[in-house]
Amino acid sequence: MTWAEQILAAKSGRDRVQPGEYVVARLDGFMMHDIFAADVLGLLDEVGIARLDDPERVTVVFDHMVPAPSVAAAVHQRKARELVIRYGIRHFHEIGRGVSHQVMVEEQRVQEGDLVAATDSHTTTYGGVGAISTGIGSTEMAYALATGTLWFKVPESVLIRLEGAFAEGTSGKDLILALMQTVGSDVAQARSLEFRGPEATSLTLADRLTVCNMGVEMGAKFAVFPPGAHDPQEAAYAARYTVDLAALQPMVAIPHHVENVRPVSEAAGTRIDQVFIGSCTNGRLQDLRDAASLLAGRRVAPGVRLIVVPASREIYRQAAGEGILDALSAAGAIVEGPGCGPCFGGHLGLLAPGERCLGTHNRNFQGRMGSPDAEIYLASPLTAAATAIAGEIADPRALLRELAAKEVSG
Amino acid sequence: MSVQFPTLRGKVWLLGDNISTDVLSPGPYVHAPNQERLRHVLEAVRPDFAPKVQSGDLVVAGRNFGCGSSRESAPQHLKDLGVAAVVAESFSRIFARNAIAIGLPVLTCAGVRQRVRDQEEIAVDVVLGAVVLSDGTALAAERIPPEMLTVLSNGGIVPMLRAIAQAHTHGGGTSEGRDEDGLGR
Repeated sequence: MTWAEQILAAKSGRDRVQPGEYVVARLDGFMMHDIFAADVLGLLDEVGIARLDDPERVTVVFDHMVPAPSVAAAVHQRKARELVIRYGIRHFHEIGRGVSHQVMVEEQRVQEGDLVAATDSHTTTYGGVGAISTGIGSTEMAYALATGTLWFKVPESVLIRLEGAFAEGTSGKDLILALMQTVGSDVAQARSLEFRGPEATSLTLADRLTVCNMGVEMGAKFAVFPPGAHDPQEAAYAARYTVDLAALQPMVAIPHHVENVRPVSEAAGTRIDQVFIGSCTNGRLQDLRDAASLLAGRRVAPGVRLIVVPASREIYRQAAGEGILDALSAAGAIVEGPGCGPCFGGHLGLLAPGERCLGTHNRNFQGRMGSPDAEIYLASPLTAAATAIAGEIADPRALLRELAAKEVSG
Repeated sequence: MSVQFPTLRGKVWLLGDNISTDVLSPGPYVHAPNQERLRHVLEAVRPDFAPKVQSGDLVVAGRNFGCGSSRESAPQHLKDLGVAAVVAESFSRIFARNAIAIGLPVLTCAGVRQRVRDQEEIAVDVVLGAVVLSDGTALAAERIPPEMLTVLSNGGIVPMLRAIAQAHTHGGGTSEGRDEDGLGR
């Protein structure tokens, strides 16, 4: 069986499951953030369900509209806090703790082999630690919290074998952007993406989380790096791909869809108004280190706004300790507190008509970050940093070569 | 038990591929009052939709409809505006699941976008999975599994939650017993 089949079988009390079957599975964990916690718990309250199946399995993180940018958001959050207490949810993380998905991993609220659901599409992120996990809506979450269970259609799996090692200037973001184009939603929709191969397990945790995070942008139900490099005997896959990491180059998604992916070199020279480095996709320490490796000692181009949002308090403090936040600030960045930042378009750095933003986040749909007449480009932290310095979309490898030459001569 | 669901007849709003949750339910209005949020539904791609859509109208679209966020407001806004069903060449799975959970029928119908005209009057048989065009041509859509049809015909999951609440109130059973109220059984 594939990894998704093994876990769904175990969680639904079966020896085996087949793709296409419906199973009712018991979940190991649930997560809600500030946008939906009040809706979910409010619905349970309204229909008269006074207790959750198991509050210990539930985590609530405030990460989207933080700190509350409006009275409406403040009222919504107050309602959620009251309900969190009333329903006995101990694992509650206030504003400032970080992006929910990063917090779930840091707090070890999700483990290898777990089945987890959350009210956020980027819940596929936990595949980076070997869990199968997926996003659901508020009404389904209410049902799941009341019963501890949820129905799943057992997905077909797609095997993606990773070979080789990342070349200079590329990372997990370039891998998943490349897959967005070569695999895409026509293949991945509602399926489980399973990453294996000799290199799959040598990817950093940050890269694995980035790759699984954006699995949902292909429509995948799960995206996961199972333990062990080799695909199991007797596992049936609907499709198989092999990617040579060494052959990847820096990639960028251009407006207005995540599957419109090009090598950065083809979009180079596009003028940019705002650069965003952060989010559950690319706001981790490795990402901030990458950005600082190019931005330290340089300046953001005139006319460009650089917004940096560490994904969690732990990351914020480590980056501060390493001098990264100071270097980015000195380069001209505004460093915001941990959270989702401008990614989902609720507040912080919305775009005016005609403006262009290049970000390290996960979606470039029309209207995602403010005006429907703005444009969003998606790329890696290295590409974002090179772009902020140049004021236009730039391939980071030129700057990296410059740095390497300096080191040799210095 | 056969599931009853009336045939839907309505005017088509024809949309393209990759209609995202960000155009269905734009982020900047996330905490705005519902009436204001409804004014912005699809404004980026179809600004005449929100002001003119009428109760019973149908949305027909291309591939990957509802891609993006897990926000249930995306199907809920369509339902609140009176849309009776969405027919598309393919759906993002979270959107499709959310739509069923709130009682909005979604049908997958290959090639539908090329066969239907904007503002055409069509009929949709949710149970049989059929789309009937104004000239009488019938297109086959994928049939919705019986479990999901039951949820749809009950108006979504909320009625099931009310039943669970009642079972709790009347001291009903173990957690295994409660699962029998569940989906997919």
